[in-house]
Amino acid sequence: MAKNRKGSEKKVDITKIVLIALSVLFVFLMLVMPLISVIVNSLREGFKFYFQSLGTSYVLSALGVTVIATVIAVIVNTFFGLVASWAITKFSFKGKQVLATLIDIPFSISPVVAGLSYVMTFGRLGWARPLINAINNTFGTDIQIVFAIPGVVLATIFVTFPFVSRELIPVLNVEGTDEEEAAALMGAKGFTIFRKITFPHIKWALVYGVILCTARALGEFGAVNALSKTRGETFTLPLEIDALYLAGSADSIVSSFAVSSLLVIIAIVVLIIRNIFEHNAKKE
Amino acid sequence: MYVELKNINKNYGNFQASTDVNLGIEKGSLVALLGPSGSGKTTILRMIAGLETPDSGDILIDGVRVNDVAPSERGIGFMFQNYALFRYMTVYDNIAFGLKLRKEDPKKIKERVEELLELTSLKDFGKRYPNQLSGGQRQRVAFARALAPNPSLLLLDEPFAAIDAKVRQELRSWLREIIYKVGITSIFVTHDQDEAVEVADQIIVTNKGRVEQTGTPREIYKDPHTPFVSQFIGQSTIVEEYYKMKGFQKGPYKGAIIRPEFIEAFKSDNKVFEDVIGCSEEGTITDILFRGNSLLLKLDVNGVTLTTHRSLERRSVKIGEKMRVIIYRLYAFDDEKAYLLENEELLKYDVKNRHLEAYLYSSDGYFVV
Repeated sequence: MAKNRKGSEKKVDITKIVLIALSVLFVFLMLVMPLISVIVNSLREGFKFYFQSLGTSYVLSALGVTVIATVIAVIVNTFFGLVASWAITKFSFKGKQVLATLIDIPFSISPVVAGLSYVMTFGRLGWARPLINAINNTFGTDIQIVFAIPGVVLATIFVTFPFVSRELIPVLNVEGTDEEEAAALMGAKGFTIFRKITFPHIKWALVYGVILCTARALGEFGAVNALSKTRGETFTLPLEIDALYLAGSADSIVSSFAVSSLLVIIAIVVLIIRNIFEHNAKKE
Repeated sequence: MYVELKNINKNYGNFQASTDVNLGIEKGSLVALLGPSGSGKTTILRMIAGLETPDSGDILIDGVRVNDVAPSERGIGFMFQNYALFRYMTVYDNIAFGLKLRKEDPKKIKERVEELLELTSLKDFGKRYPNQLSGGQRQRVAFARALAPNPSLLLLDEPFAAIDAKVRQELRSWLREIIYKVGITSIFVTHDQDEAVEVADQIIVTNKGRVEQTGTPREIYKDPHTPFVSQFIGQSTIVEEYYKMKGFQKGPYKGAIIRPEFIEAFKSDNKVFEDVIGCSEEGTITDILFRGNSLLLKLDVNGVTLTTHRSLERRSVKIGEKMRVIIYRLYAFDDEKAYLLENEELLKYDVKNRHLEAYLYSSDGYFVV
């Protein structure tokens, strides 16, 4: 008996070691190594060149566009993510399942297609074009969507739409509606109920969703690429990296690595923040 | 009447949850809404609370029609089935929540919460969170929270469902006592007749969205008006061929309900029943179940299976043993009503001078009553 048990323990140990080794090796070779090489390559010409590449007007403009698009996308998606997940979990209505599925479209659709769909909607031949023209004529404005910053923002919103609601829906589902009902019965109004009852419950899921949304918004390439054509004006960091890389000179390639390293660093910071929040959430 | 429902109807889609519900509850009473699941009892409770709106009919609290009054304005305290305590608030904050919403003086809130913590013996638990409490403690928090704003009507949805069986017994008498102490009109929903009988002083039996009968536990038990009530209350065996039993004649009934306590089974040499042995007939024990404090006997009498209790103090019996069986009474029913039928043979005897209890608790020859 004792021998048997030892034998099976040994077996489990081997499985354990093999599985751990495989995952570590895979993660290291496929994910960590290439990212390290980005950082290493970005410093090939020294620190002075590194900071010079980051300081060009193109890169600064791209950084600005990226930040604007990300901030707006995160705010909009947090708001609509809250609204949509609230609607889906707290009410029963026809087409609820369809709505839940539609929210997930950005997960399954290629970002390029998303970008092109906006071109088709707001572009010169798009069906929404007359509407925008009408608005511009009436208010004397000059709103451009396609190949302008609003288009970049829209594309970013599209791609990052599901992150917040996907995090919230499971948590809200588990929570049920009893506590809200109890609070309402005692005379609490909608916003008080949200603030005092619902929000403490979804706080960490919301933070997590916002972080994921931010990370995705910062790095979006495909959808933005379809809607942004002017370097130094509407380019985001990923587009700028691509442009630098495609320019082909030895210097520009190193510069593209330098800008890439910026995104890598931001990503690492986001991951660290996420882990801190996760740790806090667990503690609570 | 403090709470009145008049001709209430309520549908959920095709499901008729309440049909022509009429009921009245007096001030200061403790009422049970008793019925099987899906009988519409919770719907009635939630309509009184204002959590559901009736399709038609009037709800009156203290003489005022409250159909269009918001739940929070009805002066009710509601205790949810699984208590719905705010899990991110301490016990103290849970109880204070309703008071804070009313913007009451912080000093008064503190006094009131402490008073309630004292009342519910939760004095040392104010700083705990709901998940750090036992089921019984949570129930007490929910109770205190419902009482905090001094409601004039307390509604409790299955107050004991979330508690394990052993603690439940204790909490029943606790809740009854404390409700009397506070003196608040209370309505609770339950599917457990023992609970209703033990806690309530008035029972409303519901079935299929209708009110079947209203009365004291004793009335409901002793004088069931409808076939449903006669079957639902007590442990019942339905016997179609009741007229095969000695002392009962065939009437315009569909069948009869015989409860275990309506049956006396004794050995043929039992002295206590010597004089009435002529009213008995032979039955064979087909099964014996041990019920802790008594035995449950299954007897075959003229091809009909009857169930009765037997005290453990009496002589032992075994499966296959022949017994003498007397049925004192039964509830015959047709489609509409239930009727109490007494054993005609037994009525011929002068039972007035006998202890009637002698029938029920005869000692089978060990003791003489």
